[in-house]
Amino acid sequence: MNTLTTSTPLGTYLTRLADDNLIMGQRLGEYISRAPELEEDLAVANTGLDHVGIARHLYTLAGSIEGDGRSEDDFAMFRSEREFTNALLVEQPNIDFAHVMARQMFFDAYQVPLWDELSSSTHGELAGIAAKGLKEATYHLRRSRSWVVRLGDGTDESHRRMQAAIDGLWRFTAELTQTDDIEEQLAVDGLAPRSGDLRGRWEATVDDVLEDSTLARPDDDFQTDGGRSGMHTEHLGHILAPMQWMQRSHPGLTW
Amino acid sequence: MVTGAGTRTDLLRILDTIHDPEIPVLTISDIGILRDVSVRGTGDVVVTITPTYSGCPAMAQIEEDIVDALADAGFRATVETTFQPPWTTDWMSEDARRRLADYGIAAPESELGVIDEVLCPNCAAASARRITEYSSTACKRMLVCTECREPFDQFKAI
Repeated sequence: MNTLTTSTPLGTYLTRLADDNLIMGQRLGEYISRAPELEEDLAVANTGLDHVGIARHLYTLAGSIEGDGRSEDDFAMFRSEREFTNALLVEQPNIDFAHVMARQMFFDAYQVPLWDELSSSTHGELAGIAAKGLKEATYHLRRSRSWVVRLGDGTDESHRRMQAAIDGLWRFTAELTQTDDIEEQLAVDGLAPRSGDLRGRWEATVDDVLEDSTLARPDDDFQTDGGRSGMHTEHLGHILAPMQWMQRSHPGLTW
Repeated sequence: MVTGAGTRTDLLRILDTIHDPEIPVLTISDIGILRDVSVRGTGDVVVTITPTYSGCPAMAQIEEDIVDALADAGFRATVETTFQPPWTTDWMSEDARRRLADYGIAAPESELGVIDEVLCPNCAAASARRITEYSSTACKRMLVCTECREPFDQFKAI
């Protein structure tokens, strides 16, 4: 099956959350060996692993809800760019360490309230995955927050670069907390929260981090979206090509 | 095939020989990965485990080790994964915490961030400073003892 949505709203929603985590994890994987110190390389690798792990569990659950026998690999390796529904933020490139940490902090500030709400989902298995995700996202935010503060409230050069990262990525942040029809349907049954309802907690976290970092909050006048409907920035295709090449060339290949 | 009252105890004894491949001083039962074991009407054993972290790369190895260990004892086993309740370091026994420290890895603190509870596994001083939030595996972080100056791993509280 090669369509943008799965056959159920919940499956479509889970695929979206999984796509966020897979692409984030892949981006972090690309950065390994480039962090400013060895300890941060380990942190980048381990954080990426958490994201990929969550993605695997969500794809598997989406496949079982859909009931067409799609495996986690079918979702990850055999869908094209237009079929991915991750938020645009996570596909943005690793320009420098400031961009990596700013992107992480924006994403963690969204995932903490998301998993928190989902941990009381009426779908038991999803609630379990979310409870685990909440613990991990809370830990991720501890680290990303501390780096944004350290670099923002650091030297002139680190402040300048962290501010540039915050400014550059800001236009991809509103998309994280936009509610759409799928979420409206799921919210009625208590399966998932409306993303818009996460906005307050996202803003509170981000404002707090920016204040401690002595960084300026960018203007909200220009925001972009499209990831949830498969309209991506030019970067996603370049992530998928190396990620999917092996499975596309040799389907079913295993270690 | 063994059935009846003794089975569960027998199975647990076999499963208790399986160690975490990344922290070989602890068994999967010590660490809280092993959640349940039951025998189906067909005689098949179902072992339920939970991952420490969502992306823990040791889980596949652990599943394989469970199936192999039970097969050696004549059981046909399948492994199921549960996420509910989510794994926590609170499940680690006192004995396991002691063995972990003897092995050179500090035990988790009662709540994430309470660093003055962490005892250096080398000199037992409670004066650690954080180096990094992660270490060689997702479940550990790296600290340094400000007394003996040795860096060490800590199993982080989650």
